[in-house]
Amino acid sequence: MSIEVRNISKRFGDFVAVDDVSLEIPDGSLTAVLGPSGSGKSTLLRIIAGLERPDSGEVLLSGKDATDLAPQRRDVGFVFQHYAAFKHMTVRDNIAFALTVRKRPKHEIRARVDELLELVQLQGYADRYPSKLSGGQRQRMALARALAAKPRVLLLDEPFGALDARVRAELRDWLRRLHAEVHVTTVFVTHDQEEAMEVADRVAVLNQGRLEQVGGPAELYDRPASEFVLRFLGDAFKLGDGFVRPHEITLRRLPSDDAVEVRIERLVVVGADMRIELVDGSGERMTARLRRDDVEDLELTPGEIVWATPEQSRCVLAP
Amino acid sequence: MVVAINAVLGTITAWVLVRDDFRGKALVNAVIDLPFALPTIVAGLTLLTLYGPYSPVGIHLAFTRGAIVLALCFETLPFVVRTVQPVLLELDTEMEQAARSLGAGQFAVFRRIVLPNLLPGILSGCVLALARALGEIGSIVLIAGSTLHTQVASILIFNLVQGGQTTQASAVAVVLLAAAFVLLLAFGILRFYATRHERA
Amino acid sequence: MPRKLGLRGIALGYLVVVLLAPLVMVFYRTFQAGLHPIWAALSDPNTVHAFKVTLIAAAIAVPLNTLFGVLCGLAIVRRRFPGKGLLNAFIDLPLAVSPVVIGLCLYLLYGRDGWFGSWFLGHGIQILFALPSIVLATVFVSVPFVAREVIPTLRELGTEQEQAAATLGATGWQRFWRITLPSIRWAVIYGVVLTTARCLGEYGAVAMVSGGVLGKTQTAPLLVDNYMNNFNTTGAYAASLVLALIAVVVLVAMTLVKPREST
Repeated sequence: MSIEVRNISKRFGDFVAVDDVSLEIPDGSLTAVLGPSGSGKSTLLRIIAGLERPDSGEVLLSGKDATDLAPQRRDVGFVFQHYAAFKHMTVRDNIAFALTVRKRPKHEIRARVDELLELVQLQGYADRYPSKLSGGQRQRMALARALAAKPRVLLLDEPFGALDARVRAELRDWLRRLHAEVHVTTVFVTHDQEEAMEVADRVAVLNQGRLEQVGGPAELYDRPASEFVLRFLGDAFKLGDGFVRPHEITLRRLPSDDAVEVRIERLVVVGADMRIELVDGSGERMTARLRRDDVEDLELTPGEIVWATPEQSRCVLAP
Repeated sequence: MVVAINAVLGTITAWVLVRDDFRGKALVNAVIDLPFALPTIVAGLTLLTLYGPYSPVGIHLAFTRGAIVLALCFETLPFVVRTVQPVLLELDTEMEQAARSLGAGQFAVFRRIVLPNLLPGILSGCVLALARALGEIGSIVLIAGSTLHTQVASILIFNLVQGGQTTQASAVAVVLLAAAFVLLLAFGILRFYATRHERA
Repeated sequence: MPRKLGLRGIALGYLVVVLLAPLVMVFYRTFQAGLHPIWAALSDPNTVHAFKVTLIAAAIAVPLNTLFGVLCGLAIVRRRFPGKGLLNAFIDLPLAVSPVVIGLCLYLLYGRDGWFGSWFLGHGIQILFALPSIVLATVFVSVPFVAREVIPTLRELGTEQEQAAATLGATGWQRFWRITLPSIRWAVIYGVVLTTARCLGEYGAVAMVSGGVLGKTQTAPLLVDNYMNNFNTTGAYAASLVLALIAVVVLVAMTLVKPREST
């Protein structure tokens, strides 16, 4: 199912959560909605799910206007950041819920739940209560629960935010593989740019309620449409007329046309790379990242003055 | 007076229940709720039996003010205990340990650290107790009798109505209501004051 | 630690003096006269009738207030409406106000010259000094309990589970039955236990409105008072014994349900 939101706006009192956002999400894609806290991404997701009503604008699901449709009629699966597990039901009953309220026959429910338990690897936990599961297990249960009725859209609201780093990485991986297998249109919200870039094939960046840019990860990284996107997706420094990323700075001993004079403050070893902390004439700090071999070739030492150029920069953004 | 007794003894009871450990503690904990479960008249009867004219223990309190105090203590016992218990449970013993490490003695720790934190709980318990005490009739009616000496407002109202003097009864009732209202107000203010440190 | 023992002693001593000893006495005194007089007292038609009346009043008041409590709880926690604060305060009123005052209000309203009383009497329906007023009094004094247990539980529960249920396809009714209600069930049960205890034990308000006619408008608590005043101590003790036993059952129920309620 494709999703389209047109000119969606939503405010809570004086706070503008979503400001005239229009976005198209193609059928079968895996899209990340990325942005810092308060950027409106969760609100947007909830509007798509029908858990919030927009002040203005439309939500179209498969081309049909669903703005006034209640969440239970939208055929969407929603996964909450804090799982929203039904505490008084077992894992099995949780997962079966969507089918139970649709009054499906018992054997059908049982078969589907078993299938999902295997998918999320919770086979032995069917008769346990959510309080006896770990965070990662609860989230897997929540995912299975959302998928039970085979929704045409899967929405995830910061699904891995409440989990520790290792579990997060595992589940990220798992989500991507799941999408490859099941091909349901998936939209997930996150503030972690690494997560968005790694998992999604399309990323929509939101800032203060407004859509900054939408596109593939590479496109966003190399051709950011605004300074916000540039800085949000990775380190970026102003050098001369434009911006550069740390690994795009070239250091030379001799000046050239677009070179800037910088002093080396510190050299830090980071694996096979070297992080070089620089400061330019006006006191602006920046970081360059070079291979250790290159640094050794140049025989760089702290305190030296060298010249930095954005030679390799692919950044076409002017400040 | 009943409220004062309750405040002190109720807090001690709550303390013992939370911090101390002894066999049968669970039973004692359950028994605290007895005044909630027992009909007031039965409570009055039992107190009359034990501390009244035929008392096996030789204490004869019936028809005295003491009887009223006793009955009210029984009925209001749970209030302070139950409001202080959860607060005590939540209380971070780290605060007390920190105070000790800074040199405070046992009593000082209690006075300066524990008590201020318990105060809201104690106060709400006291207000509930007072409200209950003001309106109580069932447990008093048997043990206190109706002498001028020991007539409580609630019994007064009852008697007035029985005697057909409904206007007078209403007047007394209004006074009681006003007192209850003032109480709730005072309580609200006290509460606000006592928890101001949580609001900053 | 000597200090601990001291505190413990004070607490336990207080409890014994005020709570336990009197209770034990009732059992002792009641059985002192032997079993037969007790049985005679209990099978006295007046006694039986009084208990019946009490039970009827409770049987009406408890379900009514449970329903009211749950609905009010939901409305107060989940919705905004004008007068919400007032409703909240109104629910707490029976706890702050003397039962005698409540009884008095009912008396004034439904008496011969009362606002509603004249209408009812004109239609041949007797409220005061009859069963209806007893039921009314019982209902009013036991209003708060279910609501006060349900409200904090609902607040803590939050709406996320219900939102999840909505996305999974559950209608409003399904959400209420399958999610909301089961999630508050222990709070409701605890509230029901407290309500029942209150209904069975109510004295003040009922005393004001029932007239206390033996065999007609007497409730069990009133009966005890009546018997004592007429020096029918055996009868009084016997009735008290039954009430006390019920109280113990209630206490046990409370103790069992309480921990579940607070998780």
